[in-house]
Amino acid sequence: MEMTNEIIQQKLTEKFGDQITEWAEPYGMLTFTAPKDLNLKLMTFLFDEMNFRFLTDLTAVHYPDRANEELAVVYHLHNLVENVRLRMKVFTPVAQPDVYTASGLFSSANWQEREAFDFYGVNFVGHPDLRRILNVDEMDYFPLRKEFPLEDQTRIDKDDDMFGR
Amino acid sequence: MSDHSNIKLPEGSIEKQTTTLNLGPTHPATHGVFQNILELDGERIVKTEPTVGYIHRAFEKIAERRPYYQITPLTDRLNYCSSPINNMGWHLTCEKLLGVKTPKRVDYLRIIIMELARISDHLICNSIVGVDTGAYTGFLYVMQYRELIYEIYEEVCGSRLTTNIGRIGGFERNFSNTAFEKLEKFLKEYPGVLREFENLFTRNRIFIERTQGVGGISAERAMNYGFTGPNLRAAGVDYDVRVHSPYSSYEDMDFVIPVGTTGDNYDRYQVRNGEMWESLKIIEQAYRKVQEFKGAEAEVYHANLPEYYLPEKQAVYTSMEALIYHFKIIMGETDIPAGEVYMSVEGGNGELGFYLISDGGRSPYRLHFRRPCFIYYQAYPEIVKGSMLSDAIVTLSSLNLIAGEMDG
Repeated sequence: MEMTNEIIQQKLTEKFGDQITEWAEPYGMLTFTAPKDLNLKLMTFLFDEMNFRFLTDLTAVHYPDRANEELAVVYHLHNLVENVRLRMKVFTPVAQPDVYTASGLFSSANWQEREAFDFYGVNFVGHPDLRRILNVDEMDYFPLRKEFPLEDQTRIDKDDDMFGR
Repeated sequence: MSDHSNIKLPEGSIEKQTTTLNLGPTHPATHGVFQNILELDGERIVKTEPTVGYIHRAFEKIAERRPYYQITPLTDRLNYCSSPINNMGWHLTCEKLLGVKTPKRVDYLRIIIMELARISDHLICNSIVGVDTGAYTGFLYVMQYRELIYEIYEEVCGSRLTTNIGRIGGFERNFSNTAFEKLEKFLKEYPGVLREFENLFTRNRIFIERTQGVGGISAERAMNYGFTGPNLRAAGVDYDVRVHSPYSSYEDMDFVIPVGTTGDNYDRYQVRNGEMWESLKIIEQAYRKVQEFKGAEAEVYHANLPEYYLPEKQAVYTSMEALIYHFKIIMGETDIPAGEVYMSVEGGNGELGFYLISDGGRSPYRLHFRRPCFIYYQAYPEIVKGSMLSDAIVTLSSLNLIAGEMDG
């Protein structure tokens, strides 16, 4: 039986009911949002029962306007047998960004979670070695969050002859 | 006998049975900025701790401020051994977001450039494995053919290493006759060179002894570690983005995915070699298809996409529409539709993915690069555990790690 987006959605709804929300299919990829306590259960289910055994990508996104769920952790999973991809999102408040780690299930999640921690400060609970990875250890902020805007390229208050623009 | 009482050694360092060795970050044998803190028992590796991030340039942050056409140069600097693939990957991501279908001729020209990039990438990797096992000749010999590939890039886009090739919607100009002549020269001469290169290594006793059974990984572990590209295929999984989710009309091409069995350095070498032969086949097919276009069709080198395709400079000076669009694109007045898209291409060393979230503005809301070697480098400690120090160096080269891509 070919695995289509409808079948995946049907199976997940059967198992988890209406806890999974925001179903969408942007550009053909099934996308949904799960409650953050459920992320590991969902991934284990997808891994064991539905053959999603390849974690393509794990990253975080910051939405400062979404009250109480500012940070999103986005997982891209791939079923290599049926060649189906899906995208799973987990939202967490920025004040307490605790999300269960996927590194027990996918070894590849280890560094990717460290990267997400490094840039967004997502605290992956149960991660074996949650340290900064690309930035220096002494850094005390999370640079990819939206509260650190890049310099406005049209600013005119600089009068540096060499580098001002 | 001098008095050493003023030297304070760390606690337990006298009794310690292993040696700590700091390999890198600027060690000539590591071919890039890689630091590994090794724990050695004699010459055997007990523990490895890789450190990454020495050349992190915050591309994901910078991209949040830049208009789309200015992100292409950032992608150049990821895997700089095959930057055209990164450029094309980025253009394809934007085109997917815009829902643009590029003309077939553009697709085939892109395939030619991407496969040339793949050859140059694999060429470097395989010959560097040769250098690390003590055979410098192969490296120097194939360099002149990488030079030929670079000359083709130069003919198409004007630059060689960080190419910034193409635009959203196609190429900046049509391929000149010189470009095709150079391509023909390459297609004629390269098979002989590759055969000679293989003669130098494939049955070479020393090379086999140094690489076979070294740095192996099972298919299951490789998949769990997120391996992609030649490294995964060497372990026996025939996953190739070009076949599984074809882009740029790869479905029109006829080629085989070479696979290995043990995932060791020798298999990786063999898979890369096999892929170079396949790439040659693909380039020949694409070139034949390009030649089949006649008349006005043979002049097509970009999609009809005036709002996003940066017009030719000549047209900007002579036609009103081109001037308007040029101005709008350069000043960042063109908005990209809101959307969320993941697009991946088969890069030189694995699946290069672009996860792009657009909120409808002039620059991405969030852009994440799935950088293949960042993901599979974390398997390195497991792969080299228990092997000799000199074998770990060969494994490092054989994994085709590019520091620029790893650190993003």
